[in-house]
Amino acid sequence: MTAIQQLPPNTRTGSLLRLATAGSVDDGKSTLVGRLLHDLRVVLPDQLAAVERVSRERGLAAPDLALLTDGLRAEREQGITIDVAYRYFATPKRRFILADTPGHVQYTRNMVTGASTAQLAVILVDARHGVVEQTRRHAAVAALLRVPHIVLLVNKMDLVGFDKDVFAAISAQFERYLERLGVDDPTSIPVSALRGDNVVEPSTAMDWYQGPTLLTHLEDVPPAPDPAAEPARFPVQYVIRDGARDYRGYAGRLVSGVLRPGDEIVLLPSNRRSTIAGIDLAGRPTDEAFAPQSVTVRLADDLDVARGELIAPADAAPEPVQELTATVCHLSERPLRVGDRVLLRHTTRTVQAIVTELVHRLDVATLAATPAPGILLGNDIGRIRLRTAAPIAADDYAVNRHTGSFLLIDGSSGDTLTAGLIGGAR
Amino acid sequence: MRPTHAPPGDPRLPAARAGRGPRGLTHLGVLESEAIHIFREAVAELERPVLLFSGGKDSIVMLHLAARAFAPARVPFPVLHVDTGHNFPEVLSYRDMAVTRAGVRLLTADVQKYIDDGRLQERADGTRNPLQTVPLLDAIRAHRFDAVFGGGRRDEEKARAKERVFSLRDEFGQWDPRRQRPELWSLYNGRHRPGEHVRVFPLSNWTELDVWQYIGEEQILLPPIYFAHRREVFRRDGMWLAPGAWGGPRDGEPVQIRSVRYRTVGDMSCTGAVDSTARSVAEVITEIAASTLTERGSSRADDRMSEAAMEDRKREGYF
Repeated sequence: MTAIQQLPPNTRTGSLLRLATAGSVDDGKSTLVGRLLHDLRVVLPDQLAAVERVSRERGLAAPDLALLTDGLRAEREQGITIDVAYRYFATPKRRFILADTPGHVQYTRNMVTGASTAQLAVILVDARHGVVEQTRRHAAVAALLRVPHIVLLVNKMDLVGFDKDVFAAISAQFERYLERLGVDDPTSIPVSALRGDNVVEPSTAMDWYQGPTLLTHLEDVPPAPDPAAEPARFPVQYVIRDGARDYRGYAGRLVSGVLRPGDEIVLLPSNRRSTIAGIDLAGRPTDEAFAPQSVTVRLADDLDVARGELIAPADAAPEPVQELTATVCHLSERPLRVGDRVLLRHTTRTVQAIVTELVHRLDVATLAATPAPGILLGNDIGRIRLRTAAPIAADDYAVNRHTGSFLLIDGSSGDTLTAGLIGGAR
Repeated sequence: MRPTHAPPGDPRLPAARAGRGPRGLTHLGVLESEAIHIFREAVAELERPVLLFSGGKDSIVMLHLAARAFAPARVPFPVLHVDTGHNFPEVLSYRDMAVTRAGVRLLTADVQKYIDDGRLQERADGTRNPLQTVPLLDAIRAHRFDAVFGGGRRDEEKARAKERVFSLRDEFGQWDPRRQRPELWSLYNGRHRPGEHVRVFPLSNWTELDVWQYIGEEQILLPPIYFAHRREVFRRDGMWLAPGAWGGPRDGEPVQIRSVRYRTVGDMSCTGAVDSTARSVAEVITEIAASTLTERGSSRADDRMSEAAMEDRKREGYF
């Protein structure tokens, strides 16, 4: 048993990192995730025994760690893959939530879903094949979703003789592509998920590589920008009233920035001004709230504020709009067309909307745009324009992942149709 | 200063005093904020929520989070206990104390009644956990609940690793993988047709260790059986079970007194104790970190029946 397992993460200082993995079929992603869980002792002997038993039954010489992330029977029976499976692991430094997205079926939709909450994306390539079309798609999706950190894992280094030049060529090619996407400073790591080289344990076969292992990198990467650097955005979720105490507070989660009592604010889209009288954390006053805290805000003025309004600083507020341009990933089997009437869910606000234009469809592998495609199918990425029945207070997605994102929902079935990123495409 | 939050800035640093210091939530602070956000979303978007409350630690943490989410007002929904009739007495008295303190209404769905009037048959193995599904679904229909908060965590089991935070269930309470909606950012879609409902899992991203660390930091009171105590137990299927009115032990299952604690609390007939000397939250955390068995593998006979046991029960409308 290693020290890693015996020491629970430090709850006082340990932070949380959300990451997403992507790789095409046979890049070894399941093996990588299995290796990570195995080497961090997340997999306990009762689970490992089950993997060993199944591996033996299938006539394998060694336990197949990919079995640890095997799908559900319902998926096998129905021939479907549920988009994202979540895995959890920890070191004394940090806790991790890994969104494991299947690469083969509906990869775009899956990766968009996994990447939407990720602070870091791990993209796998097979060292024998290098950067392939799938790699470019994964990188483009991660860039589009503004995942702050991108890591390229050049896997199966054991199958190319741990060759330094192979790794250097692949990582240089990848970095050139990311540059076109406007992403700088990616990290590339040579690994063998099968053997465990540079995943948790440093490799003994690649002394030419001086960089971090995947785990060290995950532990050290800065998790989130300082909330104070961004303007505050507080979508009102729910109004808390307590008649006995004459209490009325607006409950919500600060999605960016910092709020303090005394701050001059504006309510959007109603465009009313007020001052923050107090902020309560679990019913007790606090002198400051910062993202991503869930708090309750009290205002100095007796206003009737409802769910769906945004509280923003009076001097740094977004402009409410009814015409939107957005890059979207269409998620549903029901196609998206011009004239479609849908519900648009933006932060805590739901408004009716109509699709006014399909500007283009984007081939994420080549970044080539097909103008006026007429229709967007499931897994398509494209650019659309919308008109909403009531204004929404939105930011560009490039500026704020929360106030810059929305879902389109089918009003009759309630199904989620489309994920949208407001503003200009890269 | 609340302990789950890192101080907004170290007072020794001049930048912090100027309000520009490093701010950040600890991992428990992030999980707490996310859970509170989920509670509020469900209450705002849906009409008739209810919280499943067994008196187990996950449901206790949920009630604690719900109280924080809606303070200073009361928790705006009742709690529902699906009572198997095979309860640990310590857990029942804890349950009654906790709901009184929180000022919430307690509803029960009674498995024993269903057995007494013939709507359910006792199983050969005496286990009643699988029998909870029908009374649960009946209670949801009778009260027209459309949001049902459950304590399910994705780290528990692989059928749960793919569970949504807002999980749509049809009229029969069934979970259909084809109808589960993609969840992006923190936009949860709770729309449903009449008769359907949404299971909501505020603890989705918590692990067993997180739950215990949170209990420690928030100093949340638990039923005493979660800590090491001396108890009469007997061995069955590799677990220590407690004798009781539910029927154990059988012949050839000798009873002995051991120092044990429970990792999960459910039906007495299938919830096993583990050998333990941990008398405090900190000692429990140390034991969990060193454990070689998963929480469910060590203490839930019903989950070990088959590889897909949990998946099957989930599709039938279990928690």
